[in-house]
Amino acid sequence: MSETRYKEILFKGIWSENPVAYQVLGICSALAVTVKMSTAIVMSLALTLVTAFSSMIISSMRHRIPSNIRIIVELAVIASLVIVTDEILKAFFYDISKQLSIFVGLIITNCIVLGRAEAFALANDPLSAFVDGIANGLGYSLILISVAFLRELLGAGQFLGFSVIPSAVYNAGYQDMGLMLLAPGAFFIIGLLVWLKNSISGISHSQ
Amino acid sequence: MSDLVSLFINSVFIGNILLAYFLGMCSFIAVSKNITTASGLGFAVIFVLTITSPLNWLIYHGLLAPGALSWAGFPDMDLSFLKYITFIAVIAALVQAVEMIIDKYSPLLYASLGVFLPLIAVNCAILGTSLFMVERNYTFMESIIFGAGSGTGWLIAIVSMAAIRKKLAYADIPKGLDGFGITMIVAGLMAMTFMMFSGITL
Repeated sequence: MSETRYKEILFKGIWSENPVAYQVLGICSALAVTVKMSTAIVMSLALTLVTAFSSMIISSMRHRIPSNIRIIVELAVIASLVIVTDEILKAFFYDISKQLSIFVGLIITNCIVLGRAEAFALANDPLSAFVDGIANGLGYSLILISVAFLRELLGAGQFLGFSVIPSAVYNAGYQDMGLMLLAPGAFFIIGLLVWLKNSISGISHSQ
Repeated sequence: MSDLVSLFINSVFIGNILLAYFLGMCSFIAVSKNITTASGLGFAVIFVLTITSPLNWLIYHGLLAPGALSWAGFPDMDLSFLKYITFIAVIAALVQAVEMIIDKYSPLLYASLGVFLPLIAVNCAILGTSLFMVERNYTFMESIIFGAGSGTGWLIAIVSMAAIRKKLAYADIPKGLDGFGITMIVAGLMAMTFMMFSGITL
């Protein structure tokens, strides 16, 4: 296991095979928690940690899990990690955990976590699985934070809760784009970001 | 009674589980290429939701909620943190059981729904509905109606998406936008249409 291999795994997860934009996984939460930067950052952290540790744990048990019940075993591992995450969030970031509402729980069915467990952790050693989990978590965070940045900036004129658009601009007739804070704004931003990413990296679309 | 009717309409249109809460996106994108398979999956989702939502209600309020175990002599017990793992186990087990029952008693239905059932266990719309049901403190009857309504809303969304994507096959879409990108933008336009319902008070 050389260092270049880890670099390759990281690059794949974050950019060339980005879980949201390329593998089309985990879109539910990417849309739902991106109204504000703060919720997006907390959600990204939670998902990255859960993916990394679940991949590592599942990978270290991969020779012992009977293949016909592996889904339920994987779900049990993931659900336990999510419970821990949820309790930690409730204890230290109560306001944000209220805003994230059910979406912390939905990390369980977030296809990224289960998808990486199935596609990577079952066939690789624990350390590479951990790196792969981190990489995919960061790839997800990249999309999530970019979407949240655009939605918060265009929709509320704020960055992390601080107003960044000078009042002179508002006086000149500029208005916040309320649509960005609502559901359709999230869909549009993701669609356009995917277009941008495909044009930059020259990757042909996944379908 | 009128409360239940308005809850149903609310969960189908105003709070559409897919277009307003973004739940069940993965299978929505993956299975919306063909109208027949889309409606098959949609009906399977309604079926599973209408059963899991009240079942999880019974389990949550009978065993997990704070004070629910007072009948067993543990009035201070609060097991609500176990809800995630319990709900997902109930859903996975139920989907498996439903698959076996349908296979045994109705081969015809199995032939049309069977392939979709395993997909449903990890559809976040199912788990999301159960979690919303707890978060919003629904009663038992409301949990049934909410499950059925969310499923119906999901069916409407995925079937309309499949119909639109069929037409899109004839459209000239820029290369990078084709596929996932354009699907998201179409979903955005659909979400805007559904927002029209949000002005209605029931």
